Amino acid sequence: MPDTRLTDEQESLRRTVAEFAREVVAPVAARHDEDRTFPYEVVAGMAAMGLFGLPFPESYGGMGGDFFTLCLAIEELARVDSSVAITLEAGCSLGAMPIYRFGTEKQKREWLPMLCSGAALGAFGLTEPAAGSDAGGTRTTAHLDSGMWVINGSKAFITNSGTTITRLVTVTAVTGTSGDDRDADRTKEISSIVVPVPAPGFTAEPAYSKVGWHASDTHPLAFVDVRVPEANLLGERGRGYANFLAILDEGRIAISALAVGLAQACVDESVAYARTRHAFGRPIAANQAISFKIADMEARVHVARTAYYDAAARMAAGLPFKKEAAIAKLVSSEAAVTNAREATQIHGGYGFMNEYPVARHWRDSKILEIGEGTSEVQKMIIAHHLGL
Amino acid sequence: MNIVVTVKQVPDTWAEKKLDPTTRTTDRKSVDNVMNEMDEYGVEEALKIKEAHGGEVTVVTMGPEKALETVRKALSMGADKAVHITDEALAGSDALQTSAALAKVIATLSPDIVITAAEASDARGGVLGALLAEHLGFPQLTQARKVTVDPGAGTVRIERQADNGYLLVEAATPVVVGVVEKINQPRYPSFKGIMAAKKKPLTTLSVADAGLDPGTVGLANAASTVLDAQPAPPRQSGTIVKDEGDGGTRVADFLAAQKLI
Ligand SMILES: Cc1cc2nc3c(=O)[nH]c(=O)nc-3n(C[C@H](O)[C@H](O)[C@H](O)COP(=O)(O)OP(=O)(O)OC[C@H]3O[C@@H](n4cnc5c(N)ncnc54)[C@H](O)[C@@H]3O)c2cc1C
Ligand SMILES: Cc1cc2nc3c(=O)[nH]c(=O)nc-3n(C[C@H](O)[C@H](O)[C@H](O)COP(=O)(O)OP(=O)(O)OC[C@H]3O[C@@H](n4cnc5c(N)ncnc54)[C@H](O)[C@@H]3O)c2cc1C
Repeated sequence: MPDTRLTDEQESLRRTVAEFAREVVAPVAARHDEDRTFPYEVVAGMAAMGLFGLPFPESYGGMGGDFFTLCLAIEELARVDSSVAITLEAGCSLGAMPIYRFGTEKQKREWLPMLCSGAALGAFGLTEPAAGSDAGGTRTTAHLDSGMWVINGSKAFITNSGTTITRLVTVTAVTGTSGDDRDADRTKEISSIVVPVPAPGFTAEPAYSKVGWHASDTHPLAFVDVRVPEANLLGERGRGYANFLAILDEGRIAISALAVGLAQACVDESVAYARTRHAFGRPIAANQAISFKIADMEARVHVARTAYYDAAARMAAGLPFKKEAAIAKLVSSEAAVTNAREATQIHGGYGFMNEYPVARHWRDSKILEIGEGTSEVQKMIIAHHLGL
Repeated sequence: MNIVVTVKQVPDTWAEKKLDPTTRTTDRKSVDNVMNEMDEYGVEEALKIKEAHGGEVTVVTMGPEKALETVRKALSMGADKAVHITDEALAGSDALQTSAALAKVIATLSPDIVITAAEASDARGGVLGALLAEHLGFPQLTQARKVTVDPGAGTVRIERQADNGYLLVEAATPVVVGVVEKINQPRYPSFKGIMAAKKKPLTTLSVADAGLDPGTVGLANAASTVLDAQPAPPRQSGTIVKDEGDGGTRVADFLAAQKLI
């Protein structure tokens, strides 16, 4: 077991982000949720603190922290607002990380500083209307034409892809096939390509009407003869799918941190409410039906946090962490959904009212069992590690 | 510009505050402690002056070992170095003693500007700046909501917050400046700042190191004594007025009884 204790610096950062969440995010969270607006002013505040550069080296404009530290920041933001937390998660671990992991020195110098500063956001376009869990089913294509990639196709549900500060979208596209067309096990060659935006032929279609994450930016994307330089190929040609899957392994730990933040918020809100809400002449917390519910919620958060700390510490120590990341994502997203359901229950009729944060947490929780690999996909990964 | 800014660690403003029943001083053990919120504005102003005119920002605090967290926070925001006066013998010192100790140390730093907050959220004495200025023999500019420094002329001009506007007040350096919350928006430390804080110079001084007379410090030698302390009475539950046609009149009667209308 790797050491999961936080360093003094990680603890200081966690507290600083908690303070920021309480003072800057909390006062506007309900309004952005209600109005479905992207919280540019909050993102600017996060940028000023350097959060978007947290896990990247200072030489690329980063803060010199690590992925574990990023997860701590995401957890604290999600305790107040999941939309803000996913904006950071997607910006860092999906937008900038592929460039940091797979980019050439030139690509890193070109794109990382603006992403690390938070002045620009990058998006990650893997999912397509007809290819989600089975992302290898990508239909978007890219072919070379006089030194330019020409991209055609569409992507679905892409986070941070249509803000006024979105500056690039990294996409997976079929760049060729190996084997014969008539061959049954003919395999597609999938590569990833950086598309700086805006670009002629690129459209972020109108934002989805979502159940939750109202202040997070999610769009369908259309690519019609979008031309980008050949040098925008990210990583080796044909390694696009594999590289994206590697990014998702890390991303799962971050999503797990986000889920833990939400699950913790549900505990915090429930404790406060159950103490002060009276029914039948006493606080509802005086009923074990309520206090045991909250005890179970607390136990779920603890287990989930321990799981993501372990996966993050393994990653930091250079140990294998794929299975642990999948387990952390699975248990923490389920903890978030269950805790959100229980917290709304404890709030009675008020739990169904948007003015109570638990109502928002409830709507924001379900996506956690779906995004960055569904719970079923996590089980596929875990089972695969068991040789099944 | 050589800028000194005083900071104090206080019980978290969001937590319930208590007095130690035996010493009748603030109980700092049972709650989370944080930097006095108004001091964050002081640190921010010091950093802004430094950013505009160059120089160095030194944070000075007196307090228990734990107050180091507050010093670190100021350093992670961007201050250059810190002095922490800490000694068991200092426990229970009152404002007069604290200001004497801080002044003694601050004098050795030869500052151009000493920045303090208008008050700390625990004791809310609001006298430290004035006492410091007296000890140091510096003029003091208080309740500053805006500070303009003219290094060439060696002057500091402030907008002094008043009830119905502001006063323009100016003094020659060295000067003590007391700031209010309107003055700026304190930055949140970045992770780089947090990492850097650990490596910045920190001087820890005991009573002896600071050259203080042991016979003048601590609870036993305080000029003021807290004779008695009572917890604040629990808040009374409000009066509920049921509207039986005369609701308006009864609310008005209530407000009149409270001398609010
Ligand atoms: C708000 C939001 C933001 C998103 N952001 C991004 C983003 O930034 N970038 C990006 O690329 N994608 C993003 N996504 C897409 C997300 O990753 C996918 O929705 C997710 O991977 C599931 O894919 P799908 O929706 O196509 O569902 P499908 O893959 O069609 O799955 C449908 C159901 O079938 C199950 N299933 C599928 N295959 C199997 C199997 N073999 N065994 C058992 N069960 C199976 C799934 O678990 C699921 O329950 C986002 C989605 C949402 C909703
Ligand atoms: C959309 C909507 C429409 C509604 N429409 C109507 C309507 O038309 N007419 C109407 O009169 N009402 C209506 N209601 C009110 C609804 O019936 C109440 O919200 C519900 O009865 C719960 O009461 P409460 O919200 O006061 O929760 P509380 O009674 O405060 O309960 C809070 C929590 O404590 C639990 N609890 C309370 N006492 C105990 C105990 N002794 N042991 C264990 N657990 C306990 C509850 O189960 C709940 O989980 C509506 C509510 C909503 C949200």
